[in-house]
Formats: sequence, structure tokens, C-alpha cells
Amino acid sequence: MTPVSKMSAVDLGMPALPHAPRGVGHLRGDRSFPDAARDALRDGQLRANLGHATTTIRAKRAAVVGEVPDWPQLRAAGKAIKAATMARLDEHLIMLEEQVTARGGTVHWARDANEANAIVTRLVQATGADEVVKVKSMATQEIGLNEALEAAGIPAYETDLAELIVQLGHDSPSHILVPAIHKNRAEIREIFLREMPGVDPSLTDDPRRLAMAARAHLREKFLRAKVAISGANFAVAATGTLAVVESEGNGRMCLTLPRTLITVMGIEKLVPTWQDLEVFLQLLPRSSTGERMNPYTSLWTGVTPGDGPQEFHLVLVDNGRTAVLADEVGREALHCIRCSACLNVCPVYERAGGHSYGSVYPGPIGAVLSPQLTGVEDNASLPFASSLCGACYDACPVAIDIPSILVHLRAEHVEAQQHLTPEAVAFRSLSKVMSNPRLWRLAQKAAGLGRLLARGRPTLPAALPPPASAWTRTRDLPTPPRETFTQAWAREHGQ
Amino acid sequence: MKVSLFATCLVDTLVPQVARATATLLERLGHEVVVPPGQACCGQMHVNTGYRREAVPIVANHVRAFAGADAVVAPSGSCVASIHHQQAEVLRRAGETGLADEAAALAERTYELSQFLVDVLGVTDVGAYYPHRVTYHPTCHSLRLLRVGDRPLTLLRAVRGLDLVELPAADQCCGFGGTFAVKNADTSTAMLTDKMANVLSTSAEVCTAGDASCLMHIGGGLSRLRSGTRTVHLAEILASTEEAVSPSQSTTPAVPR
Repeated sequence: MTPVSKMSAVDLGMPALPHAPRGVGHLRGDRSFPDAARDALRDGQLRANLGHATTTIRAKRAAVVGEVPDWPQLRAAGKAIKAATMARLDEHLIMLEEQVTARGGTVHWARDANEANAIVTRLVQATGADEVVKVKSMATQEIGLNEALEAAGIPAYETDLAELIVQLGHDSPSHILVPAIHKNRAEIREIFLREMPGVDPSLTDDPRRLAMAARAHLREKFLRAKVAISGANFAVAATGTLAVVESEGNGRMCLTLPRTLITVMGIEKLVPTWQDLEVFLQLLPRSSTGERMNPYTSLWTGVTPGDGPQEFHLVLVDNGRTAVLADEVGREALHCIRCSACLNVCPVYERAGGHSYGSVYPGPIGAVLSPQLTGVEDNASLPFASSLCGACYDACPVAIDIPSILVHLRAEHVEAQQHLTPEAVAFRSLSKVMSNPRLWRLAQKAAGLGRLLARGRPTLPAALPPPASAWTRTRDLPTPPRETFTQAWAREHGQ
Repeated sequence: MKVSLFATCLVDTLVPQVARATATLLERLGHEVVVPPGQACCGQMHVNTGYRREAVPIVANHVRAFAGADAVVAPSGSCVASIHHQQAEVLRRAGETGLADEAAALAERTYELSQFLVDVLGVTDVGAYYPHRVTYHPTCHSLRLLRVGDRPLTLLRAVRGLDLVELPAADQCCGFGGTFAVKNADTSTAMLTDKMANVLSTSAEVCTAGDASCLMHIGGGLSRLRSGTRTVHLAEILASTEEAVSPSQSTTPAVPR
């Protein structure tokens, strides 16, 4: 054995698994969460819209989840199926590829957003089409596919009502399920009047009128489109079947009318069998829209001559997922079925809104998924954007322990620092003090001297230097007592 | 029963009357209270801020300080939850497997106050008297990590003179979240504002909870607004009796500072 191979027993010399590349897609914000949230919190209309919407969805979800007697068992099954699938993801993916290919589809593998965008652009160009219609898809938002197609001169029309609102408004989605949750109907009416060609100028903010306007606008695009692009909620490896779950029927139109269908899917979205799918089709609608069953569930397998798309491409995207899978704690984030129940119960999301997260995946799941896909240092403020209240974990239909992953990623961030930060100095010093009873008593005595600042008042002054000012700007701090409890007790008990 | 009291670093240093009330209450119920002098902190703040390596000696100190204790009680759902869910894991990750097993065993004998009273001692009426209008905030870690459920409410309902009013949207976080309150001060304050609005809507004189940390947050906001509604820890209410009532009862806690 050479010394080199002996060394490789310690360091296998494997390159670090790649994260989602910079400069493409929508996983990174240009500001930190606290910074972006500071502005969002001042937007009273946003707070009202979000508060109203999340309260409504929370109540609907609670009602339909509460009526399922075996919900805890279903949830445990969902978690177990996901864990087992991820443990043998490579085998299931190859099975999926074989099945899709055998049934007339073509599978493409994309290491990252750039590769996926290039594959889809090439596929669209090969059909000769100069535009595409799209089913709502998180994966294509993640990789920035619309922008890539636009750059190639191919307009991509979003057909989900909320995605259409966001696209027409030159805005970005702020919720996984309800991308335009930050807009109310009056704002939507304004966007339609401004951006929708040929819209009836007497349009009101009546939801039905707004939906009918969108319907008329989209119908023409559905009938004209030669290529549709979708995401996938699930793929069944055993038969190569893809599944899209939706509410509006726009998905059904896209999946059946155009001649060519291109589906872009993250590699973690597959389930091994139809029996597994059954569990998720119960968990997903109740957790997401608060419905017993969603209005449209479309399932397709390869191509069928004379029926539906005659050309089907499946683009499997990694974009950092393999790196997530390598993290024993963080990999649970890949179990997510994008229901957004965690967003709707999150007190931080409800107030700061989705855009503060800077990623297409906002809320609690976004705070654990985005930093893992990009590498923690590219989204370092997100794991800290939580009070760790745990409401997300309780609501998650596949029981992802989001608070524990948040805490884990905070440590990953702290441990990735090359230079000693003032915070690290403070925490290290405090660690020495808090692990030594004698030093701790001294430190407590020193803290007690803070009472001198109060000059006999029950609270400390509001104007304290940083970092205490971050607290005292909006909250009083109690004046420390003359004596701690443990000191008083020791004195009284002669210790 | 011999009960070891874990005051917690925050209570011991900033609100010692909460630990005093816990000791007073347990002694009144006929139990022997010991306060291990080596105690400091459970390590939660370090773990939750990302300093899990630096938390290891703190957790080790905690395990040493309470070695041999039959039962440990703390007036904090959050610290007890950290002892149950984080301590052994932090030690195990650092390779301290032996100590991790000790921590896990100690966690089995560590209780949040309301759980200890109701589940271990089997009491719901602790003989307290507290003639005030009170609303209860179920702190997140008590609610979701420890699942204390309605134990604190059961204890409060048995307090003579106490007028318990329901807190709207009680299960919503107050926005404290440890260092979250400082790192995301604006979002934290927005959450606090909504919590205070709900507390004030009850017209309660007192907002109580099982965690001094969350109460320091809510109380810090209420005090800044000069709202007149104050925060009092559950232990202080349960420690109050007719004999302990002072003329200044309506403005200061029954247990003297």
C-alpha cells in the first residue's frame, strides 16, 4: 500500500457534491432575510392580505385533517415511504427511466439549472414552436426556465391563475401553492386592466369576473400551443407514470392538448409504486388547499398514439439535491411534497411574507431547503429566520422535523466561518463561563451590576448599545436583581 | 420526595423570584427541595444559535451538577424540552457517548413544573390563592415539544380567586425564539405586537406562562407600552396564598423579590 492510498482511507478525495449554481434560477435573494423582512413588515396591505389568506387556509386544513381518523398513521406512512425511497433513490430513478422509455417517452438527466434550461430550450426549438404554455411548476421556477426560454426568443405563458397574475404583474411568486397570496382582488383587477390585452375595461374585482377574464385570455393560448411544459407532483417508478395535482383544469388542458409535453421534475419527487402514491394523494390535498380531494388529478404514462401529446420528454433535475441527500440531518427536507401547510401556519411567514426569503421556496421548508440546495453560505440568514415555534413540524404531512434541521443548518453556518466573528467570541467565552460554576457565579454578579444602569427603576434604559439595543428598541429589559436565586439559597442554607 | 430544582440561567440571573416561587410551592406541598450549587445552563441558547460544539461543556456541566438527582424540576418548558430533545444528541455528535447516555437518563428524570405537579405528584389543586384576572399563554416548547397540554390550565382553574380568561390565538408564538428576538428583531416585534393585542383584548391584569423567557419578551413589550398588564410566571401564581397576599398584591407578585 502506498502512503497515498493510506491517506485516502481518511479522505476519499471525492469532490464536494455540487450545489445549485449561482447566476441562474431563483434560490437566492439579493438581501438577507432580516433586511428584506424589515421592509415587508411596513407594508400594511401585505400584512392584511397574508393574515387573511393564511388564517382562512389554516382553518380549512385543520377541519379536513381533523376528520381523518387515521391521519397520524397516514402521516407516518408518508414519512416512512419517503425515507425508504430516498435510501435507494438511484435504483428508483433508473427504474423510472426504463419505464418511461419503454412507454415511448424520453428521459433527460440535468445536473443543474443550466443543463435543464439548455435541454428544455433545445427540445422546444426542435419542435419549431415559438412559444410554450406552462402548468404551475416549482421546479421550473427554481431553475429560472421562463427567463432561459425568453432569452432564446420563446415566450412561456403561465396558465395557473395565480402564476398568471404574478407573470402579468412582472412580480415573483411568494407562496408555493398560492403564488399571488400577497395580492388582493383589487390589486389583481388593476394588474389585469393594465396588462391583459383586450380585457373588458368594465372589469370589476368580483372573483368570478376576474376568473372569467383570465379564462378568456388563456383559452386562446391553450388552443394555439404546440408545446406544454409542466412540473410533476409525483412520478411512479414502477410504471413510469407522472402525476400533476391541480385545481383549475389549466393543467389538464396543457397536459392533453399540445403535441409535445416536456415535464421538468426534481429527482426527489418519485415514489416506487402506485400503492405509495395512494398515501400521498390523501395527504397532499388536505394539507395544501384544505380540500378532501383536489378537482383535477392528471396521470400519464409515456405516449398513447392518437390520444394526447405524441411526444413526451421527462427532464430529471438534480440542482443540488444529491448534496442535500448526503446530509444525514438535512436530507429529510427532500421528503417535502410542496403542500405549503408549513407556510400557512408559520408566524414568521405570515408577517414577513414570501419575498423576504429571496427564494421560490419560502417559509419554513424554504428556510431549510434553499440553503441546502445553494450551500448554506449562499443563504446564511434563512436558517435563522424562525423562532423555532414548531408549528411547521406539527402541520407537515410527512412529519419533516423542520426545527431540528434549522438548528442543524445554523451550526453548519457557524462552523463554516473562516474567521472568528464577535458573536463566536462571545459564545465561546460564555461556553467557558457556563461550564464552570465558579466563573458562572462571578459572571452573574457582574450581570447584576447592570442594575446600576437602571438607577432604581424596574427596567433598564431603552437606549442600550448593540447588541442589547436590538432588544431594547422595542422591549424593556428587567433590572437584574441584587442577588441571584442560587446565591440567596446558598446563603440561607449555609452552603 | 426530594426534588432538585434547576433554576435555569435566565431565571436565576434575571427573575430569581420565579425559582423562589417554585421552591416555596414544592416545600408547601411537603417536598424537600435541593438546589445543586454547580448548576448553570442547559445549553439551549448555544445549540439553537449554531454553537453546538461550544454547548458540549455546558451540557456536561449540567449533567455533572444534577448527577444522582431523583427528580429534577425546572420552571421552564423550553429548557426542559432542550434537556429532553437536544442534550444527549449534542453530546453524541461530539463523540461523548457515555455522557450522552447519562444525559438521556437524566432527561428521563427531568420535569417541567406543571407536568411534575400533575403527572408525578398527582395534584391539581395546590392550595393557591390569587385574586386576579389572568390569561394564559401556552409557550411553544411547552405546547409542541413537551405537550404539556391543559395541565397549566387545570392548575390555574383550581386557584382560589383567580379569574381565568381565554387568550385568543393562544397557540401563536410570541416572537421570542431566543436569539431570534435579536437577530430578527423586526419580525420578532411584529409577532409580539399581535400577541400583545390578544393579551390586551382579554382585559386581563396578568398574562402567565410556564416560561420566564417568553414572559420576559411579552412583559418587556407590555411594559414598554405602559399597558399596565404585567407578566407573572405560573410558579408565582401557584406559590401565592391568602397568607402571602400583601397590600401591594395588585401591582407586585406575591413572592417578594
